[in-house]
Amino acid sequence: MTYDVLIIGSGPAGLMAAIYASRYKLSNLVIGRVLGGTITYAHKVENFPGFKDISGVELGQKMAEQAKALGAEILQEGVSQIILGAEDGNAESHISPRCFRIITETGKEFESKSLIVATGTERRKLGVSGEEEYLGKGVSYCTTCDAPFFKDKTAVLVGGSNAACSGALHLADFAKKIYLIYRKRELRAEPVWVEEVKANPKIEVIYETNVTKILGVGEVGGIREEGERVGGVELDKPYSGSNILLTDGVFIEIGGVPAGEFLKSLEIEFDEGGYIKVGERMETNIPGVFAAGDVTNKSLILSQAITACAQGAIAANSAFEYLKSLTRTN
Amino acid sequence: MGDVFTDQNFEKEVLKSDLPVLVDFFAHWCGPCQMLSPVVEEIAEEMEGKIKVGKLDVDESPQIVEEYNVMSVPTLILFRGGGAVKTLTGFRSKEDILKEISNFK
Repeated sequence: MTYDVLIIGSGPAGLMAAIYASRYKLSNLVIGRVLGGTITYAHKVENFPGFKDISGVELGQKMAEQAKALGAEILQEGVSQIILGAEDGNAESHISPRCFRIITETGKEFESKSLIVATGTERRKLGVSGEEEYLGKGVSYCTTCDAPFFKDKTAVLVGGSNAACSGALHLADFAKKIYLIYRKRELRAEPVWVEEVKANPKIEVIYETNVTKILGVGEVGGIREEGERVGGVELDKPYSGSNILLTDGVFIEIGGVPAGEFLKSLEIEFDEGGYIKVGERMETNIPGVFAAGDVTNKSLILSQAITACAQGAIAANSAFEYLKSLTRTN
Repeated sequence: MGDVFTDQNFEKEVLKSDLPVLVDFFAHWCGPCQMLSPVVEEIAEEMEGKIKVGKLDVDESPQIVEEYNVMSVPTLILFRGGGAVKTLTGFRSKEDILKEISNFK
């Protein structure tokens, strides 16, 4: 079958697009790697209407349940390639006129009349030595997952965003000391997070400083053991008289990079940061292709679950209008 | 569904197993763990008879967590012949996991 709209990405933007698409009676399929997307990494969400206090995982699951209940199909995997059919159909590629063929990472193929890209971002890496080596051995990109392993230990958290500050506060429930290291002069999180961080006696903020190396226990004077793990970090300027800061772990919360690599073959327009350029109606430069959420240049204004949802809803409406215009011309 | 491993049965069920064993170290508080769970179950079905697959709740089995230096969830560790031969940290796709463990079947 040919879907009316195929949604790539299963975070708030994609799931909300599916909810609206179903209500427009558009047949739709959501293909995404992580059900719930980036919000699943948030231990506490207090700014999504209807929920005073909910975990990111639960919020994501509720959105997925709602999308499914309204008729969306959801496939949990990644998309590797998209091919656009020719204007008048293409005998060679066997794609219907103006339709898209979507090929997944396991080689499954689908056809759709329109697309909504809502693939969000992938976690940004620090890009320092030791980061890969000690992944799972003290280096983590998920405070929600790994904070409980730091009971009565010391942790470094790199970043200054909402995610970084809320992560530091979550860590403070377990660790005895947290160094929040940020490259700028002031934290960029919402004031409500910044105030909480500054008031927490376990958290010390180190401003205008970068982590330049992640070191193992053996490299900071400890006894090197089998299955070496994090023992410290090297800083680009001294803190308390030393460039080496001892820590049991390093959490990295420095945002994401847009995940649009698989779209290269479509000649879609990106901005210089790799975000998909969209207009007011979440349309891209390619007719029939819409985008929503953190993968778009609109997320540079605000990248939150609530704005991603709003963009998903608009994208679904735009896909609906686009499909209507197709039937009018044919 | 796969097996459930604990501090108590780990030696018998994992270390002394004739088949290689893939252990899913998970926690109830962890979002990506909940996402990985159905993937691990699919692998258990697909690899039935070739490898044994099971879960270990890190809250319930602190000794094994300590012994294998698990500091992150989800973590998948493949055991063969009584030792850990491959460790995968974080959420991974099914294909990715199968590729990583295929050398050890």
